[in-house]
Amino acid sequence: MALLQISEPGMSAEPHQARIAVGIDLGTTNSLVATVRHSLPECLRVDESAFLLPSVVRYFPDGTKVVGAAAVAAQAADSRNTIASVKRMMGRGMQDMEPALHERYDLIDADGMVRINTVAGRVTPVEVSAEILKILRLRAEQSLAGELVGAVITVPAYFDDAQRQATKDAARLAGLNVLRLLNEPTAAAIAYGLDHAAEGVYAVYDLGGGTFDFSILRLSRGVFEVMATSGDSALGGDDFDQILADWLTQQTHSGKQNRDIARGVLIEARRVKEALTQETAVIANVPLENGDICYVNIDAERFQLLTRQLVERTLSPMKKALRDVDLKVSDIEAVVLVGGATRMPHVRRAVAAFFGREPFTDIDPDKVVAIGAAIQANILAGNRRVGEDWLLLDVTPLSLGLETMGGLVEKIIPRNSTIPVAKAQEFTTFKDGQTAMAIHAVQGERELVQDCRSLARFELRGIPPLVAGAARIRVTFQVDADGLLSVSARELSTGVEANVIVKPSYGLADEEITAMLRAGFDNANNDIRIRALREQQVEAKRLIEAVEMAMVEDGDLLVAEEKQVIEENIRELLRTCDGQTHLAIKAAIDDLSHATAKFAERRMNEAIRKALTGSRIDDLPV
Amino acid sequence: MQVIDYFSLFGMPERFELDMPQLEQAYRNVQAQVHPDRFVSKTEVERRVAMQWATHANEAYRTLRNPLSRARYLLSRRGIEIDAERNTAMSSIFLTEQMRWREAVEDAAGNAGELERLSDSLREEEREMFAKVQRALDVERDDAQAAETLRRMMFVEKLRVDINDARAVLES
Repeated sequence: MALLQISEPGMSAEPHQARIAVGIDLGTTNSLVATVRHSLPECLRVDESAFLLPSVVRYFPDGTKVVGAAAVAAQAADSRNTIASVKRMMGRGMQDMEPALHERYDLIDADGMVRINTVAGRVTPVEVSAEILKILRLRAEQSLAGELVGAVITVPAYFDDAQRQATKDAARLAGLNVLRLLNEPTAAAIAYGLDHAAEGVYAVYDLGGGTFDFSILRLSRGVFEVMATSGDSALGGDDFDQILADWLTQQTHSGKQNRDIARGVLIEARRVKEALTQETAVIANVPLENGDICYVNIDAERFQLLTRQLVERTLSPMKKALRDVDLKVSDIEAVVLVGGATRMPHVRRAVAAFFGREPFTDIDPDKVVAIGAAIQANILAGNRRVGEDWLLLDVTPLSLGLETMGGLVEKIIPRNSTIPVAKAQEFTTFKDGQTAMAIHAVQGERELVQDCRSLARFELRGIPPLVAGAARIRVTFQVDADGLLSVSARELSTGVEANVIVKPSYGLADEEITAMLRAGFDNANNDIRIRALREQQVEAKRLIEAVEMAMVEDGDLLVAEEKQVIEENIRELLRTCDGQTHLAIKAAIDDLSHATAKFAERRMNEAIRKALTGSRIDDLPV
Repeated sequence: MQVIDYFSLFGMPERFELDMPQLEQAYRNVQAQVHPDRFVSKTEVERRVAMQWATHANEAYRTLRNPLSRARYLLSRRGIEIDAERNTAMSSIFLTEQMRWREAVEDAAGNAGELERLSDSLREEEREMFAKVQRALDVERDDAQAAETLRRMMFVEKLRVDINDARAVLES
């Protein structure tokens, strides 16, 4: 990793040497991987015939898994061990699970996130998602004949912190370097915007398998600016299937079904729903407990009536987003439809009626998100071509608040703030000698803590003991460009950095993820070990070269002791490079990075200052 | 990261009346240089510093774009902090007026047309106040006068929120 090459941010040093990066749409129903080859974005096949990888994972007693079409085929026969729609469980606890999920799987309540009991043991939703991502990574590496530098992974814009973190963890487990988490409607806008060279205010209506997102974006002169986003992270095509399945069951008067039959009915409901996008009436073949099939006739009108309230549920987030940005329907230039569920004719009609115009559907609604993610990944990986210059400014979907007296929420970062965003808040101690305090952060728009989503409890320790009210603790809440929150704290009168211990309300602990990663590595074959060692050796060499060059160029930004420490760390790193464990090298790399951190920070600040002054002079109107 | 004041960051003159398209362009230019997307494959330190700059730029733009927060920021740069909680200096005429407004908004609940009308006349009021603040800050350099008007504007802002809330209730 080149240290401090910032003269031309985002430009690759050698423009002809494209670095392979992919965009991944990790969907509730299907997942896709796409890339940019020869300047054109394209989805990659996951097998001979298909671009879509069904997001279904089947577990076997010996711990092996199959993912995709083969798992789909086994859904009704082995429903308990065949996990579909796992995205609905990401970053979610037991109490969040809908009744249908309880019926389908053997769910277990556990710290931070629900677990699924399978024949191969308990698995977390993060691990299930990682299996899907692993297949996509392998397919991409095969068809691109090279190693990936990283991936942009899309998430519903309305995903909260825990759901985003869970997605990032899954990617780590799958061996992917996450360049960025990108909001799905934003990805779609990138695909459309760059395709149409669009300008103006756009709306994206994204109804996927399990989530609904609505975003309003402004596109102008190479800037994609998300103005507002809203949605429902528990509403999607799945719910249409479930309502139809319930109705079909009711029609057959079959009463309580076993798990496999219920799954069979659900699969049939999905087939019927898809068929009704083309036909006006369909005959459903509903499996019964006794092995018979019951034929039920259903027409499009009946289906619409049954699911009308689901379509209506998408209207109020749209109104909310428009209100947030103070725009009227007539201010919207065009509407883009995204997600397989927008194929349903009554969904399209509802959107057209709301906006008074026909929505855009010219890019395949299944592929558009992956395509947009691939375009963004290509840019982030440094494959920016001359003249290809655009910037993406996204927002945080939910307000961030803190619990105050009486279970009330004090909002500190309002929804639709452009990210990255930070807010500092001052607290004080209320007891003499108090050295610790707790802060409860929540996400949501409601006024009571109990109505918002608990995000995390932060414990500040190491506050210098002072009399009550004398300590002034400045706590900074930072939401990064992935929409993830971090917290730091400092006591102002003494300047002491407080130790922040994060207890996420939902999500897996860092140690759990590390243990999973280690388990994966322990089972890995020798090739992977050798690869890891080589990677670290290359990384070490790169770092040393970069640091040495930086010291030559900007030695004046260093004091003597710092220089000495850095040189010692370089010698130590060179020593470990001859060894045979990648972990030792990694540790020495971390030490050297740590030793150069202040220096690097100073150089970076200087460089940015220079860049800003330079750009200002160029841009001044003549 | 050493902190640069919001006006200097965007190369704008330090005053209330700003060329908004120019501000927007300057903001975009700064983000084009510092946004974390430009540093994804760089070291952790660089990514962190970029995030801090981008955060600062977002905060600066948010503050300067909105006239209320822009006036407040400008005053704080001149050493005057507007304490929103303390309103002892409000004239009784103004407060009575505010009460009347508030009652009008409450009475209009559920009546879309009336809310619309109130919103329009409130907008008129806001325009006048902004003109006043602009004169005080940029022309007369009467900071005390600007602060006084600004305090009043915060009341008006609260009314605006109430009207929008009442409209939201109607639409949902």
